[in-house]
Amino acid sequence: MRPRTLVALAALPLVALGLFVVLPVAGMVGRGFAPDGDLDVAGVLEVLGRPRVHRVLWFTVWSAGLATIGTVLAGLPVAFVLYRLRFRGRELLRAFVLMPFVMPTVVVGVAFRTLLVPSGPLGALQLDGTPTAIIAAMVFFNLAVVVRTVGSLWAGLDRRREEAAAALGASPLQVLRTVTLPALTPGIVSAASVVFLFCATSFGVVLTLGGLRYATVETEIYLLTTQLLDLQAAAALSLLQIVVVAALLYAAQRTRASREQPLDRAAERDATRRPRRRDLVVVAVTGLVLALVAAPLLTLVLRSLRVGSTWGLGHYRDLFTTGEGGALLVPVTTALANSWRVAVDATLLAMLLGVLVAVVVSRRPKARAERRALSVLDSVFMLPLGVSAVTIGFGFLVTLDRPPLDLRSSPVLVPIAQAMVALPLVVRTLVPVLRSVEPRQRQAAASLGASPVRVALTVDLPVVWRPLLAATGFAFAVSLGEFGATSFLSRPDRPTLPVVIYQLVSRPGETNFGMALAASVVLGLVTVAVMAAVERLRLGSVGAF
Amino acid sequence: MHARRALTTAPLTLSLAVCLAATAACSVGGGTTEQATGPDGATKTVVVATHDSWAMSKKVLRQFTAETGYTVKVEPNGDAGQLTNKLVLTQGSPIADMAYGIDNTFASRAVDEGVLADYSPADLPASASSYALPDTVEAQQLTPVDYGDVCVNVDDTWFAKHGVTPPKTLDDLTNPAYKGLFVTPGASSSSPGLAFLLATVAKYGDAWPTYWKKLMANDTLITSGWSDAYEVDFTAGGGGGDRPIVLSYASSPPFTIPKGASRPTTSALLDTCFRQVEYAGLLKGAKNPKGAQAFIDFMEQKSFQEALPDNMYVFPVDQDAALPTDWAKFAKVAPKPFTVPPADIAKNRDTWLREWSDVTTR
Amino acid sequence: MLTVRDLTVRFDGRDRPPAVDDVSLDLPAGEVLAVLGPSGCGKSTLLRAVAGLESLDAGSVAYDGQDLAAVPTHRRGFALMFQDGQLFPHQSVAGNVGYPLRLRRRPRAEVARRVEELLELVGLPGLGERSTTHLSGGERQRVALARALAVSPRLLLLDEPLSALDRGLRERLALDLRDILVAAGTTALLVTHDQEEAFAVADRMALMRAGRLVQAGTIDEVWRTPADAEAARFLGYATVLEGDAAQRVLRAGGATQGTEGPVAVRRSALRQSRDGRLHGRVTAARITPETVRLTVDVDGIGELPAVADLPGTGRPAVSVGEDVTLVVDLTRTARLGRSGQVGGST
Repeated sequence: MRPRTLVALAALPLVALGLFVVLPVAGMVGRGFAPDGDLDVAGVLEVLGRPRVHRVLWFTVWSAGLATIGTVLAGLPVAFVLYRLRFRGRELLRAFVLMPFVMPTVVVGVAFRTLLVPSGPLGALQLDGTPTAIIAAMVFFNLAVVVRTVGSLWAGLDRRREEAAAALGASPLQVLRTVTLPALTPGIVSAASVVFLFCATSFGVVLTLGGLRYATVETEIYLLTTQLLDLQAAAALSLLQIVVVAALLYAAQRTRASREQPLDRAAERDATRRPRRRDLVVVAVTGLVLALVAAPLLTLVLRSLRVGSTWGLGHYRDLFTTGEGGALLVPVTTALANSWRVAVDATLLAMLLGVLVAVVVSRRPKARAERRALSVLDSVFMLPLGVSAVTIGFGFLVTLDRPPLDLRSSPVLVPIAQAMVALPLVVRTLVPVLRSVEPRQRQAAASLGASPVRVALTVDLPVVWRPLLAATGFAFAVSLGEFGATSFLSRPDRPTLPVVIYQLVSRPGETNFGMALAASVVLGLVTVAVMAAVERLRLGSVGAF
Repeated sequence: MHARRALTTAPLTLSLAVCLAATAACSVGGGTTEQATGPDGATKTVVVATHDSWAMSKKVLRQFTAETGYTVKVEPNGDAGQLTNKLVLTQGSPIADMAYGIDNTFASRAVDEGVLADYSPADLPASASSYALPDTVEAQQLTPVDYGDVCVNVDDTWFAKHGVTPPKTLDDLTNPAYKGLFVTPGASSSSPGLAFLLATVAKYGDAWPTYWKKLMANDTLITSGWSDAYEVDFTAGGGGGDRPIVLSYASSPPFTIPKGASRPTTSALLDTCFRQVEYAGLLKGAKNPKGAQAFIDFMEQKSFQEALPDNMYVFPVDQDAALPTDWAKFAKVAPKPFTVPPADIAKNRDTWLREWSDVTTR
Repeated sequence: MLTVRDLTVRFDGRDRPPAVDDVSLDLPAGEVLAVLGPSGCGKSTLLRAVAGLESLDAGSVAYDGQDLAAVPTHRRGFALMFQDGQLFPHQSVAGNVGYPLRLRRRPRAEVARRVEELLELVGLPGLGERSTTHLSGGERQRVALARALAVSPRLLLLDEPLSALDRGLRERLALDLRDILVAAGTTALLVTHDQEEAFAVADRMALMRAGRLVQAGTIDEVWRTPADAEAARFLGYATVLEGDAAQRVLRAGGATQGTEGPVAVRRSALRQSRDGRLHGRVTAARITPETVRLTVDVDGIGELPAVADLPGTGRPAVSVGEDVTLVVDLTRTARLGRSGQVGGST
């Protein structure tokens, strides 16, 4: 593909990123740097020198780092079992793993604490209010990222390479270390960097489970912006966040670039197999991980069924109402419909932009400068994950406030914002796979008279097909569960489900709280249903392969 | 050959189907953003920026439209702090015509930053003046609408069952008899939490950090939000928690009346309360100042005032407004709530919160 | 010595035919056995079952008398080489070849020496530092072979090792493979669909069809007496004649007795010659580097493949429409089903 074509393809996503991420962030940071219209760099530097800022930064990095390691360690066995073994109910489990990803942090925080408080079922562990609880919750939320990213790569990995190693005398562990993990490294690094960004910028979890004792850069920005109106400090921290994120992305990019290569893909082979006895350990570990994921969810379900001192579906029936004392402007069911529509829009947008970015970024130009440019581009599109939702949300208010971009009160902002959050996930899912397509196959197709579109359809699509569906499902799930940016942007008469859940939780009344739990369960079930449908579709198409 | 064909068409068909379904469902872009305008071309919509706790019955709002011809469009913007900060950030290009929900802890910031225009309704209820802001400039811009008392609540059933006398005052909370029984949302992340901090500031003056040290020594639990404290840790909150003393509202007890019973199982300690007053004000640069003024006037009328308790769990500033039966019986108002002058709050908030974080963070 | 007894592997339910159905075979140490069969016949599954990569539904695999049921793949002391090599792309050529040695924690110097030796053996000296992604197909297979031989496996399993290569390369590499295996004294089980690969490399041969072993024996045995018409065609016989046609061809070759029963005929069994005893008319002729390939409509039999000498000085090329006579070379024909059939497999 010619450089000019690449630039044209990248233009749309770049404009979107510029308008909806860079501009708002620049607006907020600009206000912080020039509080009274004059540039005041010294003030910003002073903020960065505060011991509290150092503490906060350090906690952010180590908690997110540990959570990332934990998520990868917990996610790999699950990815193996769900994507390499063949058994009944596999699709359902794959969909189930995604459930935590969309659960509202507020509600999961409550569910976690219900388990962990001294009087709760896991009270004996004495984890309430500890960093361990925060990290566990981060793992809980992000497990799906690792399982799905690594899983879809793993599913396409030719089993025979591992078999060759085993036949040469490598024990299962040695095969894993010397053959499988190196092949999975691009996917793992991809997933890990996404998880790290999610952890480093999560604030609902930290606030709820940390009991204010632990502050991260994100919670600090939140407090500084929404409570103290200390824009200077907030700007300093936002900038710090961006620098840290950029450094991380650069490192991840380097690791990935050195590891990616065309894979011998088992396109015509089914890489899965029946479980064997020696899979017992990994299956057991997976069972344990899934049980730990299920525990908070189960708590949620149980509490949603608890009406007063009896059991029943009362809270679910209440979802057709606006809550006790008219807590909401619209019934929860309407919010669910809104969420659905917004998610469809956001998914379409995220996929459109994501595919464009992935196609551009996955090329391997000969010229060094071009390669550099592409890798920078690649990282740039990860930024939305690493930038504070608070900063972006407030940034929208201060920058998109006059024609021709008076979008502040426009309903299109919600799907756009969600698409920007989903975009990095889409890109990260697609790029490793697209990169692994042997370029000569594209050349062969082109030489046979295929137009570039035709090449994409006949060479890339068959390979990317699975990850494409995975990414679509992922984008959909992200959109369904997105709360941070949405809470700043959603229209009061058209709230999404997580926004409504948040409103319910913050109102007094047992009914409202019960409805919040019931609505969370519904949100989770809808996600599982959508994901299971995606998995089914995928299987149907595999039959034609 | 057939297999290859299937290979490429299956995804295509599906993408097509998804696109179609999506376009059919895609309706977010269009819709109700157009503003209703009257025959004279003037806008007939009043945009109200509020906090997320806004709730008002449709009947009352329809009455406003019937009386004035204006329709109300509500824009919730987070909690009182976020609301105020958003108004500050967007001044010059305001997001609404008027604001409701700025409370006495944020009033000074809103006024100082100059986001509000002068307006005060001509006929305020007599009792409203006692809730007005002390500063005259501030009082001209912000009209009191309602108030709520943030008080320590206790689970009477728990205390009766354990044969312990419930606490009564702030001092009691540091008594070893109540060790590990109190849970409160944090001041830096929750508006009732901040109110409680201000209550202790009002009570103990500069010595408030000493009180908080004692509270922490008595194993007080701090959560991030009110719902977390009430729904998870409070024994009467439905979450099966293990702390029978919680920071909540004076209006909370009526919600704990069991089905079929006539009395709540919890009560508010009226000597521990901080009063939050919520105000309405006209925004500088409003597109529809006339409509906004009409709505501020309307908020002071009986129909709106009497609807406040059931919709937003707050007390009307008009003492002649009738209260719901349960409220009249069980939701008591603190006779002498703690107060801190809004100007002092504006001046010291950052310092207090930072000190508070230092004391409560181990 | 590898001993496979009554081996059965199923992929689908009980009602579907197994992928490998009740197969028994023996492979003495130092010999090379080729399992020959069309794709989908179950030969790769058999190989994988021997390697321990498929679980057995019935039967047993033993080596030197030791049953391998409880021995996992990596402890069997075998090595496996796939059609496409399955080199590890993240390692260099030397990294790949030295892989099994490093697994066994051999000293670094020894690994380096042995890698160089092996690369020499497979004809790629000095290529150790190359990245595997820049190798040609033949080089890849040589590297894969070197890797498989690195620790002198007691049994080498080869899954279509040469099928992905082009013809010339395949022939060369097949001979090299034979030499290397003989030189190393390796016992090897080779599965392939290409009879030439089997002939070039193996000592013994087993024919497999639809999961079953049809015939087994030395190359010579199987070659001389294919079990049935299908086996014959798979072994490269051009056609199988029955009844009167078979008898006429055999008699034309000088056979006097035992001329009943079907006979498999190679293309080169019928040669155009002035003193031939079969008469016919040429319907197609095509020159190849070795010979002229003919199709001759033989009187009373129909079209048969045949060959003619290449045109030379004073000898004109045979052309279409010409009447010719053909001699029959009986050594290039085979009588079907006389011996070597696997008992109990029909």
